[in-house]
Amino acid sequence: MPVKVSMTVNGKPVTAEVEPRTLLATFIRETLRLTGTHVGCDTAQCGACTVHLNGRAVKSCNILASQADGADVVTIEGIARADGTLHPMQEAFRQHHGLQCGFCTPGMVMSAIDLVKTTPNPTEQQIREGLDGNLCRCTGYHNIVKAIQAASAAMR
Amino acid sequence: MYQFNYHKPASLADAAAALAKNPDAKALGGGQSLIASMKLRLSQPSDLVDLSGIAELRGIKADGGGVTIGAMTRHAEVAASAEVKKAIPALAALAAGIGDRMVRNMGTLGGSLANNDPAADYPAAVLGLGATVNTNKRKIPADQFFKGMYETALEAGEIITSVTFPAPKKAAYVKFRNPASRYALVGVFVADTAGGPRVAVTGAGPGVFRVPEMEKALAAKFSPESVAGVKVKADGLNSDLHASAEYRAHLVTVMAKRAVAAAG
Repeated sequence: MPVKVSMTVNGKPVTAEVEPRTLLATFIRETLRLTGTHVGCDTAQCGACTVHLNGRAVKSCNILASQADGADVVTIEGIARADGTLHPMQEAFRQHHGLQCGFCTPGMVMSAIDLVKTTPNPTEQQIREGLDGNLCRCTGYHNIVKAIQAASAAMR
Repeated sequence: MYQFNYHKPASLADAAAALAKNPDAKALGGGQSLIASMKLRLSQPSDLVDLSGIAELRGIKADGGGVTIGAMTRHAEVAASAEVKKAIPALAALAAGIGDRMVRNMGTLGGSLANNDPAADYPAAVLGLGATVNTNKRKIPADQFFKGMYETALEAGEIITSVTFPAPKKAAYVKFRNPASRYALVGVFVADTAGGPRVAVTGAGPGVFRVPEMEKALAAKFSPESVAGVKVKADGLNSDLHASAEYRAHLVTVMAKRAVAAAG
C-alpha cells in the first residue's frame, strides 16, 4: 500500500506517494531528480549518500523515505547560497582540491559540515576520526582533511 | 527489499496493537541495522511499526544518581548529553564510539538492544552497569535480558520504552575495532558498581557475557593487574576471517586490563 510522504527538501516543500520500501536516497534521486546525492556502496558503509535530516548528517541509502516524513532535508544542492556563492565547505574543497574523482565528494561535504558543527575547531586527528563514515576510494584523504581544516576556520 | 506495510503510530498503545495484530511485524527504531538487513533480504517483516512518532520514547533524565534514557534516543544525543556525561561518562563515551557519525545520528538505544547484535556496543554497557530494560509490559534486569545471538527476553509485541542505568563508582569501555568494519572484535565494559565490580564482554562470543573470575579479582583489588592474569577460554567464542576464537580470548584480557586502567 503506497504511503504519502511530505518533507521540505532544500527549503522547498515536496509531497509524493511512494512504496513504503522506497529509500530516502531513491526518493531524492529518482522522484525529486536531485542526483547530487550519490549511492556508492548501497550498504551504509561509504557515506556518499549523506544528506542532512533536521540538521544532522545521515545516510540516505539506509533510511526509508517515510522515516523522513515531516522532516527538513538538505542535500548537496541545497547548501550554496541562492546567488551561487559556494558554502564555505564547498569553497574549501575547491581551494584545496579535496577530491580526485569526485564521487564521494557530496557525502564528504555534507558529513564535514556536520563534523564542524559538532566540533567547531577540529584537530587533524578529530577530522580523520570524524570522517570514519565516509570512504574515498581514490584514497584522497589528505586534501580532504586540509579542506575541512580551512573550512572550519572560515565557518567560525 | 521485499514489500511491507508501514505504520507510524503516535502512541505506545497503538504501536503495541499494530505489532500484536501482525505476527510478522517488526518495530522500527532508527533502522540502522534493520533497514540494511531488509535491503539484503535477510529480514522480511510484513509490517514495520516506526516508533519515531512516539514522544514518550525520547529523552534523557537524571534519575537518582543514574540516568534513564528513552528507547528512541539517538546515540549522538546520548554522547552529547550533559546528564549522561555527568552521571556515567563511560556511557557517553561508548555512545560516541558507536558506528560512525551518520549511524549515531539515526541509531537508537532501544533498537540496538532489541537487535542484540553480538558485536554491538550498548549491550556491554547495559550488562556491565547492571541496568534495567523497561518495556511496555515490565522491567527486565540486564542479567535476564540478553539471550544469545540476536535474541533477547523480549516477547512478541513487547516494546522497549527506556533503560535505567545506575551510576557506578567508576567505569570504562574499551574496544578493539576491526580495522575495516570498525565493529568491536572485542569490547569490554568494566564498572565498579554498588553491587561490586562487573565485567561485560561484547564482540567475542555469540552474545554479550560477564566474566565472573575477573569480577572476583577486581573485588579484591580494582586495578589492571587484577585482571591481567585472568584468561578466558576460547571454547564457544566467535571465530571468523577477522579473528580466531583464541585471538578473541586473548583480546578479552587485554581490553579488560585497558578498561580497568581507563576507569582509574
